Amino acid sequence: MIVKDAVCPFCGCLCDDIEVEVEGNRVVAVTNACELGMTKFMGEKRLKNPILRVENEWKDITYDEAIRYAADMLLSAERPLLYGWSGTHGEAQCVGVHMAELIHGVIDNTSSVCHGPSILAIQEVGHPGCTLGVVKNRADLVIYWGSNPIDAHPRHLSRYTRYAEGFFLENAFRDRKVIVVDVRKTETANIADEFVQIKPGGDYAVLSALRAIVQGKTDTIPRTVAGVTREQLIRVANLCKSAKFGAVYFGLGLTMTQGKYKNIRNAIEFISELNRHTKFTISAMRGHYNVYGSNEVNTWMTGYPFGIDFSRGIAFYNPGETTAVDILARKECDAALIVGSDPAAHFPRKCLEHLAEIPVVQLDPYPNATTAFCNVQIPVAVTGIDAEGTAYRMDGVPIRTRRVLSTDYLSDEEVLSRMYALMQEEPRP
Amino acid sequence: MTELLVKNACVIDPLSGINGEVMDLAIRDGKIVEEVSDAAEVVDAHGMLTMPGGIDSHTHICGTKVNFGRYMSPEDMRAGRTPRRGAMHATSGYSVPTTYGNSYRYSVMGYTTLLEGAMAPLEARHTHEEFSYTPLQDTMANTLFDGNWGILEAIRDGDTKRVAAIIAWTLSAVKGFGVKLTNPGGTEAWQWGKNVTCIRDPVPYFEVTPAEIIRSVVEANELLHLPHSVHLHCNNLGTPGNYTCTLGSFGLIPDLNKKRQTLYATHVQFHAYGGSGWKDFCSKSEPIANFVNMRPQIVMDMGQVMFGRTTTMTADGPMEFNLYRLHHDKWSNHDVELETGSGIIPVVYRRKNLVNSIMWAIGLELALLTKSPWQCLLTTDNPNGAPFVKYPEIIALLMSKRYRDAEFATIHPDTGSRVPLPAIERELDWHEIAVMTRAGAARALGIQDLGKGHLAPGADADVAIYPLKIDEVDPSAEYQRVIDGFSRTEYTIKRGRVVARRGECLVDGSNATFWVAPKVSEAYDMGKDPDFIEKFDRYYTVRMRNYPVQDEYLTRSRCIETEADL
Repeated sequence: MIVKDAVCPFCGCLCDDIEVEVEGNRVVAVTNACELGMTKFMGEKRLKNPILRVENEWKDITYDEAIRYAADMLLSAERPLLYGWSGTHGEAQCVGVHMAELIHGVIDNTSSVCHGPSILAIQEVGHPGCTLGVVKNRADLVIYWGSNPIDAHPRHLSRYTRYAEGFFLENAFRDRKVIVVDVRKTETANIADEFVQIKPGGDYAVLSALRAIVQGKTDTIPRTVAGVTREQLIRVANLCKSAKFGAVYFGLGLTMTQGKYKNIRNAIEFISELNRHTKFTISAMRGHYNVYGSNEVNTWMTGYPFGIDFSRGIAFYNPGETTAVDILARKECDAALIVGSDPAAHFPRKCLEHLAEIPVVQLDPYPNATTAFCNVQIPVAVTGIDAEGTAYRMDGVPIRTRRVLSTDYLSDEEVLSRMYALMQEEPRP
Repeated sequence: MTELLVKNACVIDPLSGINGEVMDLAIRDGKIVEEVSDAAEVVDAHGMLTMPGGIDSHTHICGTKVNFGRYMSPEDMRAGRTPRRGAMHATSGYSVPTTYGNSYRYSVMGYTTLLEGAMAPLEARHTHEEFSYTPLQDTMANTLFDGNWGILEAIRDGDTKRVAAIIAWTLSAVKGFGVKLTNPGGTEAWQWGKNVTCIRDPVPYFEVTPAEIIRSVVEANELLHLPHSVHLHCNNLGTPGNYTCTLGSFGLIPDLNKKRQTLYATHVQFHAYGGSGWKDFCSKSEPIANFVNMRPQIVMDMGQVMFGRTTTMTADGPMEFNLYRLHHDKWSNHDVELETGSGIIPVVYRRKNLVNSIMWAIGLELALLTKSPWQCLLTTDNPNGAPFVKYPEIIALLMSKRYRDAEFATIHPDTGSRVPLPAIERELDWHEIAVMTRAGAARALGIQDLGKGHLAPGADADVAIYPLKIDEVDPSAEYQRVIDGFSRTEYTIKRGRVVARRGECLVDGSNATFWVAPKVSEAYDMGKDPDFIEKFDRYYTVRMRNYPVQDEYLTRSRCIETEADL
């Protein structure tokens, strides 16, 4: 059986043109997906059932037992953390928010360690953006800044930019220029028309210089800015101003380097300035296939995209205080529910030391680095493979993932709903 | 079977011809019925003003740009926070509250049906997801067609039937309710950083004019026999002197439907400006209202501006960019491929500002100068003119000349010479308010036959009971009592259940979403049209099979099927 137009649950591109060949309830071939997507569809070794750590051994337990364990753990915690959410569907994220509200917990998602700074910048200056198809059909200039799509979002170039056919471009490959700005010559830089190599930590200065040039203050620019020559800066600024439609896509090379959210703020203000001359947009290269979805869900339910603390009863938001890394590093948190993410592979050592000391339940289809830190792991269906659900593409377009296999695994939503139902049975003040 | 008897209600139900009669309302299984058994639960309304549940015919409460308004505004979220309590979830926000915040606050004001004014088809799933977290109101979404490539091409080819066919396919696919045109043609031009100034400018590349778009889409709308008319946000919003553009647009509209208007013009306050610049900016509410008074085919809503902080959000992307250049705060924009766009900026309307003071006056003038309340509905284009929680104040302003004068004394001193408001004596009565906030909205949206906006047997039992005894309150003098009364119902009943009581929401709702599915002949089924399919596959970034909104997204689906002339 071939499932057409399946949706890839790997990265923020959320490609929805995948063909998956299934034989005997097993994926045997995948067409159109990139290597990352294909590996995900082909599957990895999965846990057969929930497991409980007893001393240093894993013991098989039932779903009912695992769910009860998690509910009790969260109910008895004083400062529970519900973290992750970018690797699951929106319906599950909604249950997560209700749960956090009920137990006065903190709910945070992986954007607090990736595009959190982008969100902080947007909250200061806004966001001139668009859907990916607008870029595909119109853009004659695309800038990748601190992002390397060939490695991280392999089909971004073929579906939306460099190699994509566009309605308003006669010959898209020839008529569209690509600029790459990075600290090192990446694979993506190799296929760019212009490569701007910045000294590490120099993004803010380069953005400021470009803004000044666009504002007509070219005289103020020194001979080089963070390793970039004045000539190149002027050339890039002119390319931007003379583009009919320009698009900037930035990654963690801009959000997580020196300057952090101020870099993004500067980049957005550069784009706002360019809009006085031509049409320009800017967007974040979101990593996980539904990390943007968890920002969306959190926002319509609580008002804030990440790092939401319900300990006061109301939704309270103060990134740097109410975000997962900070709560763990301060050793505040006394129980953690991890859903669809792998903090052990990404968080600072100090956080992990604390994670190892508190009860942790993980919902994930696969064992990962966090498994080593958890007391119970509950295997679940993989959204987009054996469960359906909503995911938001990096540009905010929601797509319903398809189910290509049938399994007995419960979905994240089912597990969390059962957990929430148990928690609601407890009398609350 | 559940039964409820509302006793001693002082009912104003304009669609049923009831005006202040003290009577009982019998409710069974969510519907108004002739009578109920003795076992029915009783709610004693003891002579309080009782009306059909409020209907907001134009608001922005759910969807991509609304959520982005929240996302970019933590300061707005801090301005209105409530904890989880009883059946109520925690809420945040003032001008763009969370979905629960919207739902509870509307419910406490007696509103039971809401029309989201602008949904981009490609992102419709998002709107429906948020609808399911807006539990206490029935919802519907106007769908944006202003920059739709298929439609622009069909108009260029002079093929109105194809325009209708594309609308039919899209509305069914995205589960939309009505047709929305926002700055027709201007949103497409904006994807090149341009705009159209009024209805005669050609749209870049497509070479059709806004006038052609408006006329063709209005005709297509009637070919499909949609319950609602075209919902138009005119070109050139917010610019001095734009009233001529508004009149020009209104002049394009023939009278094509006996049951309802042919055009719903939205937030007309923003389109009723005189002057040649900000220095001689003035009100042109009189020519606009006079024109509408002579044209039964047009219904408008006020788009009232109220002083204070809010967030503006519209599919009119170029307008928001211009406004950003005036305000210098923050600006978000979101263009949607092949379809439309949107922009968002926060604003503060100030009494000390002359332009803002004139804007405030214009909305009130439109309502007071339009003879028939059925032709001018009460909205703020929430949250653009003001958050909807200001509705009770607007009602009081319309009912009391004394209140208007008191407020007028606090605004910019030069306003008097620029607006006719001080000379207008009219004070609206309770019945007219009922028309402007429910009966008129139901008729304009074409949902009265579906049991909305009235309390006759068979209607949905959506009822608002306000703590106001209309024979004991003189709205002309006691305007504060009017504001208080409309701010918090004694009871809000939604589909036969008491959902709110004196400011407290009591149950989780069971809302429904209304949408339309026009039936067209095989030849006009765009799902089978090779050219439509080919272009879809080449230029959208979502596969055609993944585009339609699945049934899973509508918790309670109310599909309206129409027989199209296609």
